[in-house]
Formats: sequence, C-alpha cells, structure tokens
Amino acid sequence: MTDTPLAIRTTGLRKTFKRQQAVDGIDLAVPQGAVFGFLGPNGSGKTTTIRMLLGLSSPTSGTIEVLGEPMPRALRSVLPRVGALVEGPAAAPFLSGRANLHRFDAADPRSVATTRSARVDAALDRVGLMHAADKKAHAYSLGMKQRLGLANALLARRELLVLDEPTNGLDPQGTREVRNLIRSLADDGTTVFVSSHLLAEIEQVCSHAGVMRAGRLVAQGTLDDLRRAGSNRITVRTPDADAGRGVLARLGLTVDDASRSDGLVADLPAEVLPEHVTASLVEAGVRVRGVAVGGGTLEDLFVALTGEGFDVAG
Amino acid sequence: MSPADPPPDSGLAVPVAPAPAPAPAPDATPAGRDGERPPRTRPFALLGSEIGVLFRRWRTWAMLGALALVPILIAVAVRVTTRSSDGGPAFLAEITNNGLFVAFTALTVSIPLFLPLTIGVAAGDTIAGEASLGTLRYLLVAPSGRLRLILVKFVGAGAFALAATLTVVVVGVAIGAVLFPVGPVTLLSGTQVGGWSYAGRALLLVAYVTMSMLGLTAIGLFASTLTSVPVGAMAATVVLAGASQITDALPQLGWLHPFLFSHLWLGFGDLLRDPLSFDSFGQNAMLQGAYVLVFGALAYARFATKDVLS
Repeated sequence: MTDTPLAIRTTGLRKTFKRQQAVDGIDLAVPQGAVFGFLGPNGSGKTTTIRMLLGLSSPTSGTIEVLGEPMPRALRSVLPRVGALVEGPAAAPFLSGRANLHRFDAADPRSVATTRSARVDAALDRVGLMHAADKKAHAYSLGMKQRLGLANALLARRELLVLDEPTNGLDPQGTREVRNLIRSLADDGTTVFVSSHLLAEIEQVCSHAGVMRAGRLVAQGTLDDLRRAGSNRITVRTPDADAGRGVLARLGLTVDDASRSDGLVADLPAEVLPEHVTASLVEAGVRVRGVAVGGGTLEDLFVALTGEGFDVAG
Repeated sequence: MSPADPPPDSGLAVPVAPAPAPAPAPDATPAGRDGERPPRTRPFALLGSEIGVLFRRWRTWAMLGALALVPILIAVAVRVTTRSSDGGPAFLAEITNNGLFVAFTALTVSIPLFLPLTIGVAAGDTIAGEASLGTLRYLLVAPSGRLRLILVKFVGAGAFALAATLTVVVVGVAIGAVLFPVGPVTLLSGTQVGGWSYAGRALLLVAYVTMSMLGLTAIGLFASTLTSVPVGAMAATVVLAGASQITDALPQLGWLHPFLFSHLWLGFGDLLRDPLSFDSFGQNAMLQGAYVLVFGALAYARFATKDVLS
C-alpha cells in the first residue's frame, strides 16, 4: 500500500480548539481509486478532519496532501478537482435548485462557462432532481436538498469526492442510487471518501476504511484487513439453547447475551477448533442445525474499537 | 463502454464536447477536465453571478421600492398642501416651480437615514449571510478563494449602493416631472441650466453619493466577517452610521469631524454650482478611499485566517 499513489495523506494532523484536542495526530492514507469509509462516533473529530482536508479550517500542526499537493497552500489547483458534500447540503432558499448550482459553478474559477448549463443539467439528472430543478430551494424536502448537495459535488469531472453522510434523508431508491453512483464513480477512477454512520452501507460500497475515536485514528486499512483483525466468531444454530450454552461454556467460550433464540454467537479463540465445538455439542445431545464461522460484522468491529459508551466523546 | 458513444444515463459526460482523446499530445496546452479547453481563471464569473443573485432577491427590490417612496411622498406632499413651506429640507421651496428639484430634496432626505439603512443591510449580509445559509463553505470549496469572495461581495454591495441612489434620483425626476412644471433649473450659484446639464449634474450627484457610501460598505463588510448572524452585522453597520452622524453634530468633538466617514455625506453643494467644482468630490473620495482600504484590509485579514465552521 505504500507504493500506490495516495489521494489523501496526512502526517501528524492535529487540531486543537482552546483546551480540547479535536484531532490528535492522525496519519490518514487514502489510496487513489479507493472508496474509503471514514467512521467514528459523534464527536470523534471526523468533521473537523474533513474541514481541514478541504481548506476550511487550518490545522494546528501536521501536514495534509490532497491529490499529491499540499493543502491549504495549493487549494486553488486542488479544489477544482474535488467535489464535496460536507455537514449537510446548503442552498440559497430564494433561488431555484438550478440557479444554486449555477452559482456554485460560477464560483469555481476553472469551470468552463459555455458548458455550465449542460453540466448543471447533467448533474441534476444524475441525482434525479430534473423535475424539481426550477422550484425555489426553500420548498425542497430534506431528501431533495440532499440530492442538490450531491449534484453540486458532481458538477464537473472530479478526481476526489468527499461525501459526508451522502444518504442522509434519502428514500430507499435514493440510497440505492447513491450506492450505484459511488460504485460507478469508483470504477471511473474517482477516489471516494465517504463518512457515514450506516455501517451496512459502508460494508457494501467501501474498499477501505478508517475508524476515528476521540481524535485518533484507531484503525485504517482495507476492509478485509480490518475484518480479519477482528476476532473470529462462531454461530451455532440449535433449538436447545440452554444446553448449548452450557457446552460452549465448558469449552471456554463466552456466549453473547444478544444471541438469538435459536442461535448462539460466541467468540472463537484460536486454540478451539470449530469441529471440536460441533463434536462436543453432538456428544452432549444438543441438536445442531448449523454451525458457521466467520469474522465479526463491521458493527462489532466498530463497537470494539470505539467503545460501548453512549455519551459523546468530546 | 467505448468512449465514442455518449452513455445515456451517466450524467458526467459533457454533451457539448466530443469524446476526448485518451492522452493529449505532449505539445498541446495543458488540458482541462474532460479534455475541455485549458483551465482559465474567470475572475468575473462570480461577480456576474453575485450581482445577478442580488438583483433577483425579493429583498433587494423591496428596499429599492421603499427608497422610491421617499421622492414620491415628498412630491405628493408638496403638491397636496397649499401652505407655503418655510424651512424644511433643502430645495423644498423650489419644487412647486420646478419638479426637477424633487430629486435633490429626496436625496438630501435619504442620505442621513434611509440610504445608510438599506446599504447597511446589503453590506452586513455579504459574508454573514452566506455563513448563516451554510453556503459559505460550498463557495469556498468551489474554490472561490477568500480574497476573490471578499472583493466580489464588496463590489456587489457597492452595486446596490449605486442602484439605491439611482432609484431615489430617477424616481424623483420622474415624479417631479409628472406632478410639477418642468423647466430650466436654477443652480445654487444663480445661473440657470437646461435639461442636459441638469441630467449631467444629477448623474454627478449619484456618483458622489454612491462614493460617499463606500466607506460604510467597507465597514459593513468587515462587520460581516466577524459574525455568522447577518442581522447583527447589519445592525452594527447602521448603528455606526448613526453614531458617526451624531458625533459629527457635537461641537466638542470638532477635531474628530474631518475623520468621520459621514462628514462629507451632504457636501455635494459644489456640484450644483456654476462653475462646477470637484473639490468636495476629491476630498470625499480620499476619505472614503481611506476607510475602504482600512476596513477592507481588516475584513480580509479576519476572513482569510478564520476557520469556517458554518
């Protein structure tokens, strides 16, 4: 991974707000062409990091390189190649959706004015807003505003897309379309940096992920690597749950309390072989319907890395 | 998918440009995105967009409409009453004889309050308005560039100041021509001038008053960079305009008067004399220029370094 060119690279990135370290020395490495899922609980410093990547805030210390150029020094040449949806969409309510997109495109000094109308229409079509394009933005629903925000990120060919909660407020068709959009953009070679709380979504589209906790990057790498780093789990489907629990306990496995009524889920330590578990269960007279072994879900990994606590970190 | 056929549902293809060559010739000018023409900085696209947006807002036309009421009210009031007016605003007595004076009276009446009020609104909304809507971050990420955005916003607010002044004068001339007889205008120095000279002087007045308001616009722009609540910036700007005029009226602070940005607001008498003198115009230009430089620099210093959290 050190040899692939990186779309985003930070070294020792730090941001201190008065007495609080919002971002505490992170070394992000987002390979070009990857779909990178940026995860973390509320208050972990994700949005602060994204703002620094886009030149909206300046870091207290550390370096940032986006598309190979230092930020925020080279922002004039980097940002035209970056599309962003940060902290929710925003639009001037007294202008129509189309007029808002025209305005944002006019703000880009590298945009070509002659193709502006065509590109705006193409972006609106891509997000499914063509029919509502001429309504004033104050009349838009949350989902429509979100689509407008996505359209803004797609006004021109981008090398990097930074999307913060892209499916927020979207109906299921919209969510599916965003997933397809991300996949097709990735196939085109665009690097997509997605920050989301919907772990199932992340698992479906992302090739890489990074997890933030209290300002630090606690895990980063391909999704497969991260899953492998999590512990192995065994799922036993049996109608005799209590007897099964007893057998597993005797083998040294702790069964999750959240196991379903006909299935027991437990961590599988390396020294215990799954076939030994099956054999022990059968010998004890426990009826076994199925045994599955696999890594934990991303949600399990995420909670393991970021803690069970409900309170916001900072 | 071959590059030749335009994919019907991939909205990223640019319909106008032909399918781009996969690699540009090494001696070609650096290609823009999608093989379009090379990227050029378009300094005026944002300005054009900004002025277009400003004059598409309901609020702008509401303010201009309110300003237009000033000369209308003056003209109608003078027309309806038969009492001779002793005192009152400048040129009021001459209106009955010549409707063209309505514009001057209206301007004199608008300068202390209505113009600073409306221009304060436009200037206070420049950066704070975008911040409160949340669109500031998207403009900056476009990237509009912080200096470019500040300049464009300042020119936009200046354009509003010009529109406001023009509205007062043009509506004044129109309503005066409708309600009163129109004829050669007697200047302050006694000489009479005909229509074109009058028009020229009226335009000079517009230029003078617009230029007078530029210092206030710069102060409004600076106030706007300090907050993300536009009403706060607007109120601060208007209050400062009032404070400046009050200070200007206190003889104890006479030493301060020449430095106040409102000091020469009503000093356009020179433009209504024959021969035409540009002394006060020049003086005011320097005063406003100083305010624009100082507050403009402050606004840029503040805006260029602050973290955009909205």
